[in-house]
This record gives sequence, structure tokens and C-alpha cells, in this order.
Amino acid sequence: MTAGLTPSQTVGPFLAIALPWPDGPFVVPEGTPGAIEITGRLLDGAGEPVPDGMIETWQADPDGRFDHPDDPRGAAEPAEAAFRGFGRCTTGPDGGYHIVTLRPGPLPSPDGGTEAPHLDVSVFARGMLDRVVTRIYFPDEQEANAADPVLAAIVDPDRRATLIATVETGRPPGGFRFDIRLQGARETVFFDV
Amino acid sequence: MTTQTPPVQGFTLPSYERPRGLHPPLDFPGYRATALRAPGRPLVPLPHRLTEVTGPLLGAERVTAADADLTTQHAGEPLGERIIVTGRLLDSGGRPVAGTLIEIWQANAAGRYAHGVDNHPAPLDPNFSGAGRCMTDSDGRYRFVTIKPGAYPWHNHPNAWRPAHIHFSMLGRAFPQRLVTQMYFPGDPLFSQDPIFNSIPDPKARERLIARFDLGLTQPDWALGFEWDIVLRGPAATAIEWAEDHR
Repeated sequence: MTAGLTPSQTVGPFLAIALPWPDGPFVVPEGTPGAIEITGRLLDGAGEPVPDGMIETWQADPDGRFDHPDDPRGAAEPAEAAFRGFGRCTTGPDGGYHIVTLRPGPLPSPDGGTEAPHLDVSVFARGMLDRVVTRIYFPDEQEANAADPVLAAIVDPDRRATLIATVETGRPPGGFRFDIRLQGARETVFFDV
Repeated sequence: MTTQTPPVQGFTLPSYERPRGLHPPLDFPGYRATALRAPGRPLVPLPHRLTEVTGPLLGAERVTAADADLTTQHAGEPLGERIIVTGRLLDSGGRPVAGTLIEIWQANAAGRYAHGVDNHPAPLDPNFSGAGRCMTDSDGRYRFVTIKPGAYPWHNHPNAWRPAHIHFSMLGRAFPQRLVTQMYFPGDPLFSQDPIFNSIPDPKARERLIARFDLGLTQPDWALGFEWDIVLRGPAATAIEWAEDHR
């Protein structure tokens, strides 16, 4: 353990006092050409909704770039100026959340491979003493997903499938569903970052 | 489906240290709500690639200077002990984490949150909402003016009370630095029975969540001063970390 680091504590039940942003779920404004919506539910080990949680997402822009100085390719402003890369949504009474964003591009990996398009996700809630982290991949990127080094490290196909969104039928095009199961037989894969 | 980014061979990325034994375990029976919310399977190690060494550098556009003063958000002044809470946001190498968003929330002086779910029969304060935010300056410093929150009961175990605390949320400069925690006050008699505080395995790490009363920060005839530094994960030795993690 590194000396001096500040430990985590739970967000508790009252995070909604401070953390929701009116535009939080909108990584791009609604109606942005090419925007997709990811909806899902945060569920506990009994399959019950977690109504006092928060989902955050972080991702590359559609060109696979980040507006951040630590990207060794250099910080790049996104072609869509309103693209923020970051989304935040508190969960509703049904555990539901939604994020409106643009599809991220694939990313070069330091080992020479390519990461499939993905979003990093943080999950916070009452009853969680630290965040947990997962990733959202896309169901129509089968080839890229097959070559993705993070997915490849998860041997069990049922476990790997928990990281891949499904196409949300009955919604406008560009709708995806990604449920997050904190515990149980279909528990989502969570990462140690 | 997506355009292919040409692979960039052999580039190196910054990487962040991985603190072991620092954070509370997700499954902590003393805190009952963890029982159904803690993953049952081990976390999968995720080497730090591009998405993990970057993060949202934003917030300034959504913060005004007034947001750091929780005592002036309403027509009147909130009840309670006026306090100043200030400190620095650093990484473990001692470098300031500048220009990052800090968001806080807390109960009022009576131990009641301005939230519909809080049914503690203590009074709400019409002059206190309990939320604030600020950006760290170039030295990593933040400063809030607020009132000292009260302790409050919860139903985790018989006669359970939370020590007075302020919730802190830090975006950090990169995804691994994201942190939400709680700041406590020195000498609180409720520490010994609080499973959330005691879920932190190392007693020394627990103590790092306790602010220090500082007479020098205390403003005469106006407000008590508390200092609390927050330390986020710093860089690891890049190449070694990658070699260890890569499979």
C-alpha cells in the first residue's frame, strides 16, 4: 500500500443532493447526428433495482481520440465540439439509467493490438464502499470484439457476454441496453483498475 | 462498422499505482447494505490503456465562486457552527492535482439531509441545502465555507449513528484517480461504532479521513478552520507496471 493515499467511502443514500448534473447523461446534446442512447438497470444480488446509485461513463471520441494531454498521440479536440467524453446519471426508482453519446472509435493498444470500441463505467451506490468499474462493448462489433485484449482475457464466454450491450428493440435506431448486475449468477464482470 | 485507427506500435503510456489494502472491501458484513451489492467474483485486473490513463478534465464551466460557500445559498444564514474546510488535492508523489472538480454534500447542523429519503425526525433548515463544489487551484487547493454537519441515526444496527461527516467527490485527472470519500471531524465519539469508517482496513488510513482543527485557519469572531488534504493515486513505474499486467 502506498503511504498517504486517501481511502474510499460510500456515496451513501443522499448523493442526489450534489452529484446529478442537469446535462449529466448527455455526453452529446440530444439530437446530435449519430447519437446513440445506452439504457440499462443497476440490479443487486437479489435482482432488485438499486435506486440510489450513480453510473459514470468515460470514452474516446468517434475518431478514437481523447482531449487529454496524457494520450501519447496528443490531446485531440473532437470533431463534434459538444462531445464531452464523460457521462453521469443517477439511477431511478427502477434502477434505470441512460447515457446519450456518440460511438467511440477503436483504440491502439500499447502491445500493438487494437481495443474494440468501448466505454469505461464506474458504479457508485449506497452499500458500496468503493466504486466498481466495468466496460460497455457493442454487439455489432463482433470482429473488433474478438480481437480486443480485455475481452480476450475473460475466458468464460458467459462472463464475457456481460460486457456487451444488446440492441434495444422498440426504440429509435441507435438504442442499446446494458444492465449491470452487481452480484449473482449473471454478475457483470468488474475490473480492478 | 467503425473506421480503423492505424495501430501505433510500441508507444508507452503513463500508469497509475495500484494501492493494495487501502480501500474498504466491497463485502463488509458490518455494513449490512453491502450484502447484496458486493460482487461475488474477484475483480479482473485491467492494465491501464488509453481509456484508463485519460479522464474528464472538466468542471470549470459549471462552477461559480459562490458554489464553494454553502452558507450563502439562501435568503438567510443556516443554523450551526460556521466552518472553513480547506486543503490540497495531491497525488501520492506530492504533486498538486490542479484544475479538477470537487463536489461535496452533507447533512445540516441537526443531522438532517435535504433529501426526500431522509426521515430522521430532526429539523430541516430552510437556509441550508448542503451541496457545494469548486475547482482546485494551480496548487491543488480547495476551500469551502459551510456549517458543521450533525451526527445522525441510521438503521444499520441497534442504536447506530453516523459520525459527523462531509461527502467529497473528486474527478481527478485520469480515470484511476476518481475518488468518492468522506471527511470526518477530530475527536468524534462515534468513530468506534461506525462500520463505514471502520471498514477501512488500516487504522492509519482511517485517520487520514479526519480533518485537523487549525487555529491559524480559524477566522476570529467568524468561523472555525479545518484542514484536510486528499491524496489520489500517482503514477507507477510505467514499463514495469505494463510488463507485470500484460498477459
